Amino acid sequence: MNVLILSTIWGIVMMFSGLVFKKGGYATYLAIAGALVLLLGSIGDVSNVVITHSTFGGMLSFDGFTELFLSVILVATLFYFLLSGREIEAVGNGGFDYYALIFFVITGITLSASYNNLLMLFLGIEILSIPLYILTGSDKKNLKSNEASLKYFLMGSFITGVMLLGITLIYGDTGSFNLGPAASPFGMMAASLPVLSKVGLLLLMFAMAFKVSAAPFHFWTPDVYDGAPTVFSSFMATIVKAGGFIAFLRLFGDGYANTQYSWGSAMLVLIVLTLLIGNLTAVFQQSAKRMMAYSSIAQAGFMLMAVYSHNTEATDGFLVYTASYCLATVGVFATLSKVKDHAYEGFNGLAKKEPLLALTTAICLLSLAGIPLTGGFLGKYYMLYALIKSGQGPYMLVFAVLCAAVSVYYYFRLIQAMYFKEGNPATAPVSTGLKVGMVGLTVLIILLGIMPYDLLINWKLFF
Amino acid sequence: MLALLLFLIPLVTGCIAFLLKQGNAAKIWSLLSSLATLGVSVAAAMDKSATARSFHASWLQGLGASFTLSIDGMGAILVLLTGVSLVLVLVSTYRNTYKNPSVYYGLLLLSQAGLMGVFLAMDGLLFYFFWELALIPVYFLSSGWGGERRIQVTFKFFIYTFVGSLIMLVGLLYLYALNPQASFALESLYKVKLNADQQDILFWMFFVAFAIKMPIWPFHTWQPDTYEQSPTSVTMILSGVMVKMGLLGVIRWVVPIFPEAVHHFENVVIGLSVVGMVYASLVALRQDDLKRMVAYSSIAHIGLMCAAIFSVNQEGLQGVMVQLFNHGINIIGLWIVIDAIEQKLGTRKMSELGGMAANAPVLAILLVVMSLANVALPLTNAFIGEFLMFNGLYHFNVWYMAFAGLSIILGAVYTLRMVQKVIYGKENSLTAAMTDLTINQKLMLAGITILIIVFGVYPDPLFKMTQDTVHAIIAQHI
Repeated sequence: MNVLILSTIWGIVMMFSGLVFKKGGYATYLAIAGALVLLLGSIGDVSNVVITHSTFGGMLSFDGFTELFLSVILVATLFYFLLSGREIEAVGNGGFDYYALIFFVITGITLSASYNNLLMLFLGIEILSIPLYILTGSDKKNLKSNEASLKYFLMGSFITGVMLLGITLIYGDTGSFNLGPAASPFGMMAASLPVLSKVGLLLLMFAMAFKVSAAPFHFWTPDVYDGAPTVFSSFMATIVKAGGFIAFLRLFGDGYANTQYSWGSAMLVLIVLTLLIGNLTAVFQQSAKRMMAYSSIAQAGFMLMAVYSHNTEATDGFLVYTASYCLATVGVFATLSKVKDHAYEGFNGLAKKEPLLALTTAICLLSLAGIPLTGGFLGKYYMLYALIKSGQGPYMLVFAVLCAAVSVYYYFRLIQAMYFKEGNPATAPVSTGLKVGMVGLTVLIILLGIMPYDLLINWKLFF
Repeated sequence: MLALLLFLIPLVTGCIAFLLKQGNAAKIWSLLSSLATLGVSVAAAMDKSATARSFHASWLQGLGASFTLSIDGMGAILVLLTGVSLVLVLVSTYRNTYKNPSVYYGLLLLSQAGLMGVFLAMDGLLFYFFWELALIPVYFLSSGWGGERRIQVTFKFFIYTFVGSLIMLVGLLYLYALNPQASFALESLYKVKLNADQQDILFWMFFVAFAIKMPIWPFHTWQPDTYEQSPTSVTMILSGVMVKMGLLGVIRWVVPIFPEAVHHFENVVIGLSVVGMVYASLVALRQDDLKRMVAYSSIAHIGLMCAAIFSVNQEGLQGVMVQLFNHGINIIGLWIVIDAIEQKLGTRKMSELGGMAANAPVLAILLVVMSLANVALPLTNAFIGEFLMFNGLYHFNVWYMAFAGLSIILGAVYTLRMVQKVIYGKENSLTAAMTDLTINQKLMLAGITILIIVFGVYPDPLFKMTQDTVHAIIAQHI
């Protein structure tokens, strides 16, 4: 609850700070301070030091898993600010307003992570989305950025309509916006779901699939990620995506888990398509930035497994997956923003020019590819195991790991370019702060791969 | 505790090696480290006490895994091989110069740590971790320091083995899910009751990974290119030690856990291996590049070992056990000679060589010794192993043995042809400039020659070391 209140307040503070501090340079410090305050607020939730106990009439619920997830998101945000702060300031004039939007997105994520009612889900998703439309078009003089923003906004608005229709159908059928078997009549009619609810659930699934860029609703992703300033693509591909997934997880893995017979097959189709399309198209990209966009689609395929499986392994794994995925992607994007040419050739010889940056990026890429001793491996491990536990046969899993093997191809292309090809890449100056941030981030990724329990999962006990 | 040291020494020294900057420091450091590891390997092979030979610590308990290392007979022989190999590799290539030596030697030591881990791990998930740990440094070594086509060739190798590993991971996860004790511990996995269908599916999930690593036909296509393009010291590790990961995998994980499936598919696997042996021998006949020839001959040798494992009898398995060690040092011996030729003349093509016996007599003699060991001449170490393996195969099915026997003849043909082309005949302008082996190469090859002859005449120590493991596997299999 603290995070929800504090992120809103800090968003407003950032908004008005722009009026006080005319010159740039302070925005990042203030934003980092904000992220730390939010993190403290999240820790406050652990120790039960909360600003208010209100759950808005049961429309929100903050359980241990939600709190822990929010902490993970906040740590990732902190790293994002540390690594990309200067770029955010460079995009805007000072950057206060952009930081304000980012804090509002976190408010949206908090709502999406804690809703207990479909209206709150709608609010959360919209609060999360609208600032993103603006951030996508924030490079005002760049035509590509404007186009991406418009495209994103139009499609996003359309899918909002789909979502509302889904909610309406479910409401029409059950007479309740509430989630979960206890509150909704779904619990009682689990054996035979009426057509209206079925259609409603499917529409909701499509809308959520759009938000997390799962295939075949992914088509906006590469253009938007490519058009948006790199620094905001990074934010969208990581923290925002995780926010979409937690909403997805609560909806299907939690709220409507007992009606899986009516949406399970559709979800499996989503998983298969997402893994296949995301991975195959990523292979053919010539730009590392577009590759990261498609690879984020592919990663969504694995995260969807948690939504499908909804068991303990899925929730534990979701935490590990989200944490390692967010950290690794933030790291890779931080490097992307320093290299001027985003084609693979633009990275040739980076290991010679910036050895530390190349090494940390390589570790991030290894984690994304799912190599053991990194958090990325354990994330994938958990997802596969959760799927087995949910009763899926080996074929689905073999398909998934073959897709993971394909992903090695494009992640390693970047490693090859950095380490084994000759070149002198054009890079922006790399500050010591960025280097320290990258080292911290990679250490966390490796620790997640070696001791996930001490670092993350066991914390659930404290909440 | 010795078991832990075997893994820890190369891991820690490998990490430190990355930080060493000065010219030869990394080289000397890694040599010292490899000598220390060799010392511990010998001590571990001698000391049979449980405290020395095993180590247990809790790790990833929530996932049902633990950090359990232990040395059985097969482990001891492979640990020795790994210890000996790195010393052989480092000393024989001591005069070679590499760019970024600290990274090069650091990676070499890390791959040794991974290999030790694979041979010692008694926990499924830990085994998987080490399996990958051994692979990643080799990927970087071959891509960074290999031949002209190194990047795409190494990438092919990496993707191939990684696909296999991932399928094995799914298999491991299934096995774990089917284990009522919810544990990855090897002894607990041995007790899992699997029905025939489960065994059949899981068998292939594990076997594909191991078959790619060994490699046996038709999973071998990565191998000749990778051996050719990798720097020779990496090729030595790959062919001498790393292929043994696949063989160990089959012996320790597949045969005891899926006995029915092994019985079910024995004809398929032995058939593939035997066809592969003859095929690889025929292809070896046509090779002009020394590295590619040895690579294909290695496919034939490994094919025999795989076939002998699947005959699951006393003779066959015992033969495989001793051959695990003998094949490793013999092939490293051959690589040392080839590396010496390549370093001095800049070519590995047989058509460009010839007549070196006069200028480099020691090299000529040692190449002959290594070659004869490679074709398993009686009184060389490989003879007893091959004899036992063919014997095992004979007891399984005489026709398989007869067909596989063709590879002996073909092996003799291509090896002797190689000897003839490389060291006899007329010398040319290139080979006229050939000088003899350096002192460190002589030293290492002399050491290998002693091992070849000692274990050729008196293979008893190798038998004694491994017979417990052989009995245990056969008992478990029945």
